[in-house]
Amino acid sequence: MDMMFSLLLKGIGVQNWTYLLVGITFTMYIGIAIWTRASSTKEFYVAGGGVSPLANGMATAADWMSAASFISMAGIISFAGYDGAVYLMGWTGGYVLLALLLAPYLRKFGKFTVPDFIGDRYYSNTARLVAVVCALLVSFTYVAGQMRGVGLVFSRFLEVDINTGVIIGMIIVLFYAVLGGMKGITYTQVAQYCVLIFAFMVPAIFISIQITGNPIPQLGFGGQLADGSGTYLLDKLDGLSTDLGFAEYTEGSKSLIDVFSITLALMVGTAGLPHVIVRFFTVKRVKDARKSAGIALLLIVILYTTAPAVAVFARTNMIETVSNKPYVSVPDWFKKWEATGLIKFTDKNEDGLIQYLANEVKNELVVDNDIMVLANPEIAKLPDWVIALVAAGALAAALSTAAGLLLVISASVSHDLIKKMINPNISEKGELIAARLSAVAAVFVAGYFGINPPGFVAATVALAFGLAAASFFPAIILGIFYKKMNKEGAITGMIVGISFMLYYMTKFKFGWFGGGTKADWWFGISPEGFGTVAMILNFIVSIIIMKFTKEPPKSVQDIVENIRIPVDAGEATH
Amino acid sequence: MKKNNAKAYWKENIRYVLILLFIWFIASFGAGILFKDYLNEFKIGGFKLGFWFAQQGSMYVFVVLIFIYVRLMNKLDKKYGYDV
Repeated sequence: MDMMFSLLLKGIGVQNWTYLLVGITFTMYIGIAIWTRASSTKEFYVAGGGVSPLANGMATAADWMSAASFISMAGIISFAGYDGAVYLMGWTGGYVLLALLLAPYLRKFGKFTVPDFIGDRYYSNTARLVAVVCALLVSFTYVAGQMRGVGLVFSRFLEVDINTGVIIGMIIVLFYAVLGGMKGITYTQVAQYCVLIFAFMVPAIFISIQITGNPIPQLGFGGQLADGSGTYLLDKLDGLSTDLGFAEYTEGSKSLIDVFSITLALMVGTAGLPHVIVRFFTVKRVKDARKSAGIALLLIVILYTTAPAVAVFARTNMIETVSNKPYVSVPDWFKKWEATGLIKFTDKNEDGLIQYLANEVKNELVVDNDIMVLANPEIAKLPDWVIALVAAGALAAALSTAAGLLLVISASVSHDLIKKMINPNISEKGELIAARLSAVAAVFVAGYFGINPPGFVAATVALAFGLAAASFFPAIILGIFYKKMNKEGAITGMIVGISFMLYYMTKFKFGWFGGGTKADWWFGISPEGFGTVAMILNFIVSIIIMKFTKEPPKSVQDIVENIRIPVDAGEATH
Repeated sequence: MKKNNAKAYWKENIRYVLILLFIWFIASFGAGILFKDYLNEFKIGGFKLGFWFAQQGSMYVFVVLIFIYVRLMNKLDKKYGYDV
């Protein structure tokens, strides 16, 4: 009986398993969307404001963990070793800032969007407009990458064209973001968190048992090898790395100041991302905002502490499987991923063996970052359903983040631009229609960028964090903690911060303004870490300008005193 | 009276935030980055300690810090009659 069952399972095959799991999860997302569709602007923007801390924590975790976290991060760490810590600490440490410095106060303030806060706190539509431009810039750069991720997963696992994959993803997101608004998105994100975390953990646990005998990956990667040799896994990988001419895995090669700056820029950027901040507008009370930040981080850290373990397992496995092995006898997965161009082998010395070396002249193997998660189950010879599960999980991660970003974009247009600036007399019904139409438009723009990706998508994700760090974070922090901060200071600060960030990024990433190389970096800080410098500049400029201009009106100072007290949070309003 | 109350509440809140952010800084930028090389001379299991803080420990500390803050603030809200 058992044998028949396992034969049956084998017979289904990876492809059909993938159709099955992706089909089930997509049906679930659509079902939830129909069940939770929004009928008012309040439901559309903030899910009615009554989401429980647990549901909001799960939704925030799914919102936050994108295709990049799910597919690329472990791979990046796998190649970067210790340096990968900048992403791990940077993308989690920001939640401490969110929970302690932003979320409770913004929830108390009780509006729908981040530009709402900036516009009201700095009593200025100019400030609101600057915030809208930043929110759109940050969200569009981010969402393009997500749609591309959806397309890639479809093409790799179901062998459809990437563009077809993007279009399928667009239809699904269109359906539940436009129909359900924040309410629909929240509950689909809850489901998507469950799918993505299960899909990430199952292969990690399997591989941890295979390599170290320990089912908990977080402990396994600090443990001894399961072969009984008594060697620690990390010591072995350090040895393998240095043998091939790489730096020791646990050491890394970035400079101290750069590691420091990138980590801080990512943390502060995380705390300033509008699609993360708005999630805290959906809970009922101030204390719920604090609690759901804690739950969100706990749920994120489950994946983020597993990723570096997966990185170590995958790298060890890969080196052992291919290094100095004859090309004719490589396993199936190698050939399969070679066909997608994600693995490239050129037999430079024509000895028929694969030389994987740090030395670029002699190295014969180029492996894409993304392989480490996508091909990991195949490399470890796990069952077909696990491989299919990874596809469903990657799609959940990409779709949930895309939906959250699209909502920020549509709210920026329908609420911040139309309702607050262009046509304040618009009816509730009219605003809801405008919100849905802008969501539709945003999906099409995102889909367009997914199909015709600008060459700089990877570079611009770092830009999104840098921009958020350079603009929103100081303006919000000063708005809450510095009562005397006025509009002149905040607006100048945001503009100076963003301008420096854009200048530095475009100079060193795209070669504008004369370009430059690593040797020309200011203080040895890479463009990824420059958000830290731009943020500090924003703070300094804001405070200096404030000293020379009029202090904010009494009514605004009263607002600030009021948001510091957690009672009477009221409901989110216009 | 109410205003004084609000001031005292805010002051205590700020004190909590500063203490917790100090720990936040030490666990990540301190142990994971600035003092990494020194800590790497110690090992727990197969982990060099600095490496462990950078890729594991700091994140656990972050989670714990937020839940401590939640607890402290819930107590503070009660003390000042702000819990509803």
